[in-house]
Amino acid sequence: MATQASRSAARLMMAPAVILLLGWMLVPLTMTLWFSFTRYLPMRGDSIERGLQWVGFENYVRFINSSSFWPSVQATLMIVGGVLVITVILGVLLAILLDQPIWGQGVVRILVIAPFFVMPTVSALVWKNMMMDPVNGMFAHLWRAFGATPVSWLSDASVPSIILIVSWQWLPFATLILLTAIQSLDRDQLEAAEMDGAPVLSRFFHIVLPHLGRAITIVILIQTIFLLSIFAEIFVTTGGAFGTRTLTYLIFQRVVDSQNIGLGSAGGVYAIILANIVAIFLMRIVGKNLDR
Amino acid sequence: MGQIILKQVTKRFGDVSVIPPLDLTIEDGEFTVFVGPSGCGKSTLLRLIAGLEDVTSGEIRIDGKECSTIPPAKRGLAMVFQSYALYPHMTVRKNIAFPLRMAGIDKAEQERRITQAAAVLNLTDYLDRRPGQLSGGQRQRVAIGRAIVREPAAFLFDEPLSNLDAALRVGMRLEISELHNRLKTTMIYVTHDQVEAMTMADKIVVLRAGHIEQVGTPLELYRTPRNLFVAGFIGSPKMNLISGPEAAKHGAHTIGIRPEHITISPSEGAWSGIVGVSEHLGSDTFFHVQKTGLAESITVRADGEVGFKHGDEIHMTPRADMIHRFDENGLRIE
Ligand SMILES: Nc1ncnc2c1ncn2[C@@H]1O[C@H](COP(=O)(O)OP(=O)(O)OP(=O)(O)O)[C@@H](O)[C@H]1O
Ligand SMILES: [Mg+2]
Repeated sequence: MATQASRSAARLMMAPAVILLLGWMLVPLTMTLWFSFTRYLPMRGDSIERGLQWVGFENYVRFINSSSFWPSVQATLMIVGGVLVITVILGVLLAILLDQPIWGQGVVRILVIAPFFVMPTVSALVWKNMMMDPVNGMFAHLWRAFGATPVSWLSDASVPSIILIVSWQWLPFATLILLTAIQSLDRDQLEAAEMDGAPVLSRFFHIVLPHLGRAITIVILIQTIFLLSIFAEIFVTTGGAFGTRTLTYLIFQRVVDSQNIGLGSAGGVYAIILANIVAIFLMRIVGKNLDR
Repeated sequence: MGQIILKQVTKRFGDVSVIPPLDLTIEDGEFTVFVGPSGCGKSTLLRLIAGLEDVTSGEIRIDGKECSTIPPAKRGLAMVFQSYALYPHMTVRKNIAFPLRMAGIDKAEQERRITQAAAVLNLTDYLDRRPGQLSGGQRQRVAIGRAIVREPAAFLFDEPLSNLDAALRVGMRLEISELHNRLKTTMIYVTHDQVEAMTMADKIVVLRAGHIEQVGTPLELYRTPRNLFVAGFIGSPKMNLISGPEAAKHGAHTIGIRPEHITISPSEGAWSGIVGVSEHLGSDTFFHVQKTGLAESITVRADGEVGFKHGDEIHMTPRADMIHRFDENGLRIE
């Protein structure tokens, strides 16, 4: 792309793709914005053909003043944060484990990756009915075997349960990325550190962890994007009850259960703002790692 | 102090025996070079001494203390790796300080040693950079700095210069020799470059397939190679090895004559041949002489001004006192 001519040719050729992508993003975004400023209740006969009534910021005020708004933001952040902490810490440990020469390495690696291939709906159903069911679940049996009273996980410990289910799904992703990062660590560095008198834990904190910094950043960024919008896991298990109503779930309820598209759209705009706040925050604290 | 004694040391990787029983003594303050062809076990031997590999059997004594089961950090040795093995996320200062931090040395003493090492190695201006922002030679110096500050009993170098370009290699070679003269610490240096071995060593250990072929000063190895392998390995260009009737005349199975010990003339000499490729180095010229009837090709070293051309007839006379004789087992005949 050195000359003037090749640069303008490149621009011309990229134009269709850019326009398509822009349209792809802009059309839904503009429609959401538009709906969020209107009264749009399909059950009451509102429709686009008949023209929607412009209500200004009313939807926004209502959404934020609703008693479920702040709890939903809190639930979202708790679930996202919990899953991130668990997947990163366990991911690092698993990656180190899988990096060791162990017997049957190939099979073990495939088993570790397997949860990632299970659809969220299916895995949530499996967890709900096979593991966490207070009567027939594995945990219930385990608890009873030790003489304890089974916990009804999804109602009594609902947020931790959701975090557990989602972590189980995302752990393979974190492990896989961290494993490739660990494998790219120069063995000489570890040996040099060993010669320099660093015991195992110091080697981990001074050599391995800094080396993983960039991979951890990527895991956190990518997972956050997807975790902010988890839905199936909540829909299938608690249905948003017991403090597991995330922002995404609240919007769903507003649009589908209450049939209030205007209000839901306003929630959608809040979700976009929340996602951006989280993204900026993350970039600030961990993004430094990416410049290196 | 830094005397290292290996007694009957062996190393096996699974079924493969890499080091057969081996004895070696390295005196305090000596600059010892391990040379040998690729895969002969030089790195393995060094790593055994360092403690990065466990010996299969045998003893390693450092300053009289049996060390073969002691972890690397406790042996008081420092190693410089071929890949430098610097810590990429730490500045040069932190890299050099790392072994001191691990040893729990106080800040003031750390700072003093770092400043001193940086001065010795010309790194003062780079202390706050990261390894990624340094040239190859500078990285090598940081790696050496990290080794120096520990004030080890001995330094171990594993082909430290093989990633550098030729000019820099010559410079670093001198710097390492200079460092040895100043510190007077034992150094063990692994290389497959026999020029490095000849120029730097007090003592050369020639290895082949884990065996020690010969131990001696560079000149001992050059003048009295104990067998054909050492004869062919030490010296550049390689010694000419001739067997057959010509060797029998000298009462040997094979005779060897170094390229620099052959005098040439256009008209008369003991041997004759046709000049093939000639390599002009300016100061010297190497002629590869063919069709001598003695060996595939005889290399002759001549003054840079001598003018033989490709295809010229050439006559050669070996210096009688410089002929090395070997028996049918490849061993030297005195
Ligand atoms: N971890 C290992 N497992 C099995 N075999 C090994 C291992 N490390 C080295 N070897 C074998 O031991 C022999 C000696 O290896 P070593 O690395 O010591 O050679 P070297 O003399 O340093 O060669 P180079 O000059 O190429 O570095 C080689 O044949 C190598 O294949
Ligand atoms: Mg080697």
